[in-house]
Amino acid sequence: MTPTLSPRARVGAVSLAAVVLATFAVVYTVRAADRGGPATGSSHVTLDNTPGLYVRTADGKVAALSKGGARETALSCRRFYASGTGAVCLTTKPGIPPRTQAIVLDRSLRPRRTVTFGGTPNRARVSPSGRMVSWTVFVTGDSYSGGSFSTRSGILDTRTGYLVKNVETLQLTLDGRRYAASDVNFWGITFARDDNRFYATVATRGRTYLVEGDFKAWTARALRENVECPSLSPDGTRVAYKKRVRDSGSDPWRLHVLDLKTLRDTELAETRSVDDQAAWLDDGTVAYALPGRARGSSDVWSVPADGTGEPVRRARDASSPSMNAGR
Amino acid sequence: MYLAAGRSGPPSTVQAAPERPARRTRVASTVLALGAVSLVTDISSEMVTAVLPLYFVLQLGLNPLQFGFLDGLYNGVSAVVRLAGGHLADRRQRHRLVAGAGYALSAVCKLGLLFAGGSTTALSATLAADRVGKGVRTAPRDAMISLSCAERDLGRAFGVHRAMDTTGALLGPLAAFALLWLAVDAYDVVFLVSFCFGLFGVVLLYAFVPAHPSPAAATSRPSDLRAALRLPAVPAFRRVLVAASLLGLMSVGDGFLYLVLQKRLDLDTVYFPLLPLGSAAVYLLLAVPVGRAADRLGRRIPYLWGHLGLLGVYLVLFSPVPGWPLTVLVLVLLGTYYAATDGVLMALGGPVVPEKQRAAGLALLQSGQAVGRLLASVLFGAAWTLWSMQAALALAAAGLTATLLLARFLLPAHPTESA
Repeated sequence: MTPTLSPRARVGAVSLAAVVLATFAVVYTVRAADRGGPATGSSHVTLDNTPGLYVRTADGKVAALSKGGARETALSCRRFYASGTGAVCLTTKPGIPPRTQAIVLDRSLRPRRTVTFGGTPNRARVSPSGRMVSWTVFVTGDSYSGGSFSTRSGILDTRTGYLVKNVETLQLTLDGRRYAASDVNFWGITFARDDNRFYATVATRGRTYLVEGDFKAWTARALRENVECPSLSPDGTRVAYKKRVRDSGSDPWRLHVLDLKTLRDTELAETRSVDDQAAWLDDGTVAYALPGRARGSSDVWSVPADGTGEPVRRARDASSPSMNAGR
Repeated sequence: MYLAAGRSGPPSTVQAAPERPARRTRVASTVLALGAVSLVTDISSEMVTAVLPLYFVLQLGLNPLQFGFLDGLYNGVSAVVRLAGGHLADRRQRHRLVAGAGYALSAVCKLGLLFAGGSTTALSATLAADRVGKGVRTAPRDAMISLSCAERDLGRAFGVHRAMDTTGALLGPLAAFALLWLAVDAYDVVFLVSFCFGLFGVVLLYAFVPAHPSPAAATSRPSDLRAALRLPAVPAFRRVLVAASLLGLMSVGDGFLYLVLQKRLDLDTVYFPLLPLGSAAVYLLLAVPVGRAADRLGRRIPYLWGHLGLLGVYLVLFSPVPGWPLTVLVLVLLGTYYAATDGVLMALGGPVVPEKQRAAGLALLQSGQAVGRLLASVLFGAAWTLWSMQAALALAAAGLTATLLLARFLLPAHPTESA
């Protein structure tokens, strides 16, 4: 049995503990605050003057990998994608409650429009022309049990300014029939050249589908099962995606390419489990992020889109690849 | 060993005893101390809960859907651990030790998050250990509350405790968001500050909560497992257990109710994290008044009427009430339901369990209710998918009404006024 202290001694001991713990917490917080957030610098790198592969670096900066090495932009993003006349940068804004922003950028990487919403940034895309911008976030507190997640996707038409924050109102056709359910989730939207047709993942009742959507008609129909995070090839004939090949929690996905005309699948040479929306570098190559060696880090790899060859590492400590072909 | 100490009792428990008759009109100091421990611990746990999704996805690049699945799994484990914790506390009458071990384990897990890094295995183990800590501590803590004050003041005691507990739950997420605002992306700061709060909770427990909440309990014979398992054979306890489990089976989880609310209003995702804070604020305001009323009117009445609050939530979600009024109504009704049932059930069930099996008895009650609620959400989800949101709500409302009528007969009219 522990000897009993007097009330005064107990109050003293507790106060001492409080002071020690509070000092520790405050000092640690202040030092962490000094580590500094993303400093807003300036950079001369723009989509116009620097073609090449764009990635997000380990410290959250967007950088262009051109022949002269990596050149940083002034942007700090969670997810970045550039295509056609512009780019999109998903960032988080701390606060109560925290928010996420999709910043739509022009070719000089200057902000044109900002959309604010909740959730955790996950995917971002710009259509080949640069007109349609889409994104996906994870949302908590929006599901059957308290701890799980669901997704929410949005689309912005930058020409008309028309914004859809949640695409779940799409009229969905599954197995040839109109479908509506509480648990429908959309993610990974990828637009075609005409800025109207798009592809996305739909998940419901534990299954995932590839859907083809029509923006003007606001409809979507399922093409086939077990397709996640589609990415349309530049020529518009194929979709690169992650296919669930294992039911277990570890290493569930493998990259595949689906021919939209024949609906034939090609397994890519990348054998590791990829949890990313692949980006086409050209009609024959896709790039994607894979976990790196250090904790929380990732590297960008690429692999031929026809199932041949082998993966090549394009950048260390990088994620969110997109190809800026220049003009 | 305790048998050898005989009826004279160890000296350490003597000081708490003389205060009790004189302070009858005030809340027992043990209750306030346990309330303070819960407040501080809830700040610790809720600040981590609030940032974990962000941390998993943004910092570690993990797939959150898998963690959602694991989270559900751990919640199931928690029910089993709770019964073990309750029995362990009873067996040696060492409620503080068992609760303290649970608090300490959860505190250490916050540091575990810091060091687990991106390893999925280490993170899963840490989260599981955290759940075990929470499961272990709950029943001994509630047993200490119910043993530390006179039976007629139980409702208020639990009201005070739950109000303090909910204050922590409100402050936790706000503290976490504030820290991430001060030091951008510094999740390590959130985990470290959370650890400090958790550790301080343990210090408070050992400094201000007596080792033995009831002098009589300290000297009584140890409880054995068979006696604990035979608890449901006690008619008064069985009635409360059956009523609580059945009502739990008709109680659809918050997550689902918020989901219905969002579907109906197409609420902006920015406001999702604020919904639970809204109902917690109502719970906080009502916990003490409802507890006092429970002491005056008998605990059966607020417990049953509280479920009408939940029934009200089902009905207004069904009704054509628009926009903000609907949100406010749902949060107020939900907060009222929790205020009138959560602590009140402990005050209702406590007195019908023998003192030396108090923790195990309360653990059984909590687990019965929790398992019921888990099934309720599964059934609600199935009904929604099979038929429609409206049908699922109507079914839940009908089921709850029928169960309430049944519970009215099941629950003893004055279970606590046995003295």
